[in-house]
Amino acid sequence: MKKKIFISIFFVIALINKSYSYSTDPKQFISEIVNEAKKILVETNTKEFKSKKLSEIALKTVDIKGVGYYSLGKYRKEITEEQLKEYLSLFEKYFLKSFTSRLSDYSDPKIEVLSVEVLNPKYTVVKSVLLATDKKPEVKIDWRVYTKDPNNPLIRDLIIEGLSLARTQKEEFTSVIESNNNDINSLFKTLKEFIAK
Amino acid sequence: MIKKLIYISLFTLFLQTSPVVAGTTGSEKLKASSGDTAKECFEGVSRAMFKLNNGLDKAIFKPIAKGYRALPSPIRKGTSNVVDNLRSLLTLSNNILQGDFGGAGNTAARFGINTTAGILGIFDPAKKLGFEDRGKEDFGQTLGVWGAESGCYFVLPVLGPTTTRDVIGLVGNTVLDPVYQITHNTEIRNNIVGNGNYSEHNYYYYRSTGAVDFRAKNIESWDSLEENSIDLYASLKSLYLQNRNQKINNSSSSTETQNDDDWEEIDTN
Repeated sequence: MKKKIFISIFFVIALINKSYSYSTDPKQFISEIVNEAKKILVETNTKEFKSKKLSEIALKTVDIKGVGYYSLGKYRKEITEEQLKEYLSLFEKYFLKSFTSRLSDYSDPKIEVLSVEVLNPKYTVVKSVLLATDKKPEVKIDWRVYTKDPNNPLIRDLIIEGLSLARTQKEEFTSVIESNNNDINSLFKTLKEFIAK
Repeated sequence: MIKKLIYISLFTLFLQTSPVVAGTTGSEKLKASSGDTAKECFEGVSRAMFKLNNGLDKAIFKPIAKGYRALPSPIRKGTSNVVDNLRSLLTLSNNILQGDFGGAGNTAARFGINTTAGILGIFDPAKKLGFEDRGKEDFGQTLGVWGAESGCYFVLPVLGPTTTRDVIGLVGNTVLDPVYQITHNTEIRNNIVGNGNYSEHNYYYYRSTGAVDFRAKNIESWDSLEENSIDLYASLKSLYLQNRNQKINNSSSSTETQNDDDWEEIDTN
């Protein structure tokens, strides 16, 4: 009986691990994320359920902290530890809401992962294409994958038709801060408003 | 009038490309060399123009684009192809000015094949014959290729975001675009050459159709951007400047236009 329980526990653990692990090969890693996201988007579920599931994927596969640091630009070095902590907490909520909202608009995305370009040991760009539909043209999507830890690749940026989302976000954050006399609290306030809406 | 505009453009272009800029520091030079930085010159006015344009978009352009999108797909595709085919003539002029003779050959071949075998550009048989669309060129891009910096960033009413270089480019486009020249040439209009179809109105119909087609292809993208931006004006500015930089570099690879240095210091694992 004990042996059976051990075997069962072993299988449960193995299954849990399986469902949470992604390939370490950047191309395969992106393919798996795309397929998993597609499965969620295709199934008829509520928007809240889709958002929850997509958030779970993002938390496992996106370097949210890194993107947060990047988006803060030069202000990262100018704020206190406490402010940085508050910022990272707000940024994660902001990012997940924004990310899931953008993706939820696609009901059946057809993405083909095409090739990879290794930039250096820290970065690999995976090239893909969102196929055209009757209403939308084809869109090139490049995924900047952070590979410093080769066993745990993480997405840091999406470059859509050559336009970096992270960079756009960084310039948006800078604009909010600079329009308010370089007050970092104005960014916190704006992020809170976005999260609450 | 046109002559005056050209003189003003050349003068401003000279100011933009002049290497002697008093007070320029090394870091400023480095920043400018990345090609997609532009300083705000009239941010208050630009933000007001942006609001106006956004209002006009909601009231006029978006509903028209939605109506256009209700048309059957083959009609939209054919319309888009015809507009792109006419637009390729401006690309051809700029290919030559940029010294991109391979690109010019490709554009000319595409125009020739699509205008004839593709029935005035409705279809795109050139693509099947291996002449891929390599993207549009305009005089603003040509100025960028020649080394002109972007100058000020600002927003024009109706026309939207632009820079000093791109405004000069707009004027240059009228000189370089054969479609503009044919439709605005009095001799042609008076039937000395050609016929009555070459009227100024047709140029504006063609340009407006191109704008509606573009807006229709981007309805969801814009809605998503609007919904997920905390400063839509800044987002659009960033996207516009990145896009222009990419086009000037004629790059299809994001890794050529995106600077890795910005990420360099950020290590999270």
